[in-house]
Amino acid sequence: MTSERALPYLLLAPSLLFLALLFLWPLGEAFLVAFSDPGGGWSLANFREMADDLNFADALTNTLLLVVVVVPLQLALALGLGVLLGCIDRGRDTFLYIWTIPLGISDLAAGIVWLAMLSERGYLNSLLEALGLVDGPVLWLSYETPVALFVAVVVAEVWRATAIVLVILVAGMQLVPKEYYEAAEVFGASAFQRFRRITLPLLKPSIQTALILRTILAFEVFAVVVVLGGRDLPVLAGEAFAWQYDYQNAGVASAYAVLILTVSLAATWLYLRLLRVREESLA
Amino acid sequence: MISAQILRRAGTACLAAATVVGMSVAPALAGADILFMSTQLRPLEEAQKMREVILKDFPEAVEFVPEDTGPFLTRIKAEGETGKVTVGVIGALHGDLPPVIQYLDGLDDVMAKLSADRKFIPAFAELGKLGTDRQVYVPWMQATYIMAANRKALEYLPEGADLNRLTYDQLAAWAKAVTEATGERKLGFPAGPKGLMHRFLQGYLYPSYTGGVVRTFKSAEAREMWAAFRDLWQYVNPRSTSYDFMQEPLLAGEVWIAFDHTARLMNALRDKPEEFVAFAAPAGPKGRGFMPVVAGLAVPKGTPDREASARLIDYLTRPETQVVTLREVGFYPAVDATLPEDLPAGIRLAAAAIGAQAGAPDALPSLLPVGLGGKGGEFNKVYRDTLQRIVIRGEAIDEALAVQAERLARIMQETGAPCWAPDAPSEGACPVE
Repeated sequence: MTSERALPYLLLAPSLLFLALLFLWPLGEAFLVAFSDPGGGWSLANFREMADDLNFADALTNTLLLVVVVVPLQLALALGLGVLLGCIDRGRDTFLYIWTIPLGISDLAAGIVWLAMLSERGYLNSLLEALGLVDGPVLWLSYETPVALFVAVVVAEVWRATAIVLVILVAGMQLVPKEYYEAAEVFGASAFQRFRRITLPLLKPSIQTALILRTILAFEVFAVVVVLGGRDLPVLAGEAFAWQYDYQNAGVASAYAVLILTVSLAATWLYLRLLRVREESLA
Repeated sequence: MISAQILRRAGTACLAAATVVGMSVAPALAGADILFMSTQLRPLEEAQKMREVILKDFPEAVEFVPEDTGPFLTRIKAEGETGKVTVGVIGALHGDLPPVIQYLDGLDDVMAKLSADRKFIPAFAELGKLGTDRQVYVPWMQATYIMAANRKALEYLPEGADLNRLTYDQLAAWAKAVTEATGERKLGFPAGPKGLMHRFLQGYLYPSYTGGVVRTFKSAEAREMWAAFRDLWQYVNPRSTSYDFMQEPLLAGEVWIAFDHTARLMNALRDKPEEFVAFAAPAGPKGRGFMPVVAGLAVPKGTPDREASARLIDYLTRPETQVVTLREVGFYPAVDATLPEDLPAGIRLAAAAIGAQAGAPDALPSLLPVGLGGKGGEFNKVYRDTLQRIVIRGEAIDEALAVQAERLARIMQETGAPCWAPDAPSEGACPVE
């Protein structure tokens, strides 16, 4: 009897150990490094150095802007696609499979795909030139065109990572009982009213999950930005990488990591507060 | 590994003693193999090339032992302290040697003898003294940064300009003419995340304009330099801040004139030697600043057989051996050497440019930073951030330099690194003046 009760714990133990070893331990180390100074004492020197750095303000602004622009865009797109998907009967799976293809592509590869399109001698410029819309190659990805660079990153991110939101929302939509919609139709609710009064409220747990997941990942955005913009569009994770590997200063790199963790936690907490799900709405 | 060497050497010695008793002069057999310890050519393939190809024609037995810089320094120090010296010849970068200078023998006699039949690059021979009055090392081989251009750009060269004797003003005029003719900015620098733009600033621009790197960081000359470079930047391809290796934009035609490390231009020069030219970096008011990565050959004091060591140094610095070294491991000669026709055209292009650069009458060699330890990355960041502030963001030069100079001074204080050439030597940490 005892061994039977212990079995699940035993089976779970390796994964717990694995996570503790490869996640909790480095996390603890990063905190220690971030808050210590070269002399071995505790200090905020690394955070001061981070905040004083040339790229800090830009990296913070760019990252926050990306989150604020990309995440809502992805949520709206995924909601729209999910609702539309519910309206079709045949070929539903085919649509879903095609829409989720980007899920299988690494973010670095996604960045390279978009770089091939947007670089000076890329597909976009070739197309525009063939159509006679531009005379010579146009630079889309340079420090002189920060808006175009930002838009390029947004487009690539939306292309790459909307699918994960879509998958979560579609799964959620399938859990909404058909009877609610039928009842609403009986009382003469319009399509928009049904969406607002039934789909959205019942989808709240899924939306919450998708938002938390996407926002955390958006705060860590790195590979796509590095490929498309190099250091011309500094972001927090990119700065952490540069401090660790280019400047060989683990202290400041850890300070960046702690900052990313803090804003991610804050965002998660905010979502949990704002989208509080009542027990009875959980199916 | 070491014990195996000792055993083998002991074995060779016994064999030699047993078989050649009675032979009067047999220097090759008197001791054991010459131990040639090097911080260079460490990768397995390069080390094999050294053993099997480069040293093939040397009549004596040489044991080539590549070693990481740390253990290398420890061993030289340990042997010097205990007096039990086994190393015959040391091959190392210029910057590797200052920490062990007191254990190295003066090589003025060797250098004088060798100079009779070969011509060392004068700037390197001078560097080989490490700022002392004796020859600490004999120049061995080099790598460096040069310029490359698409031949299409040549027709826009300013009148009377000699490609290998350009000035920064002429480079600006040239880039301007290309931009005016093509409507595109075709000058390029490797200012991307993995690019080596900081070496251009530290080894080329700063020395050429200010005659220094650290001391002169915010001098009046530096202010003029930044103003001129900001002016030049209007003809620079704005994708430069993403370029890591200039061979790629050169081959793609995005850039016509570029600066980079020889290894990072090589694909363009090797794949299309008929399309590209290579040439020396430009000169500024203080000379033609350039950053050679010089490797030298030194001999420890109390080495087992100094004559044998000298013979190995003689062999390695012969023009023929230098050409073999270039062909096999890609390091360029430190002496005047005629390059044979059968060398790949790209290598010949680069070698000619390197020779012209190092041999220019106004050549001003500037060394890789020495003594920064783990702060090398942050040192580079100071220069790159200064470029970012002044040139890319257009901040006021005085203010940007003041802020960055403070950071530079802090790094120099923390590491205590003394000045290196072309800055004048310092007592203690190199000051930012």
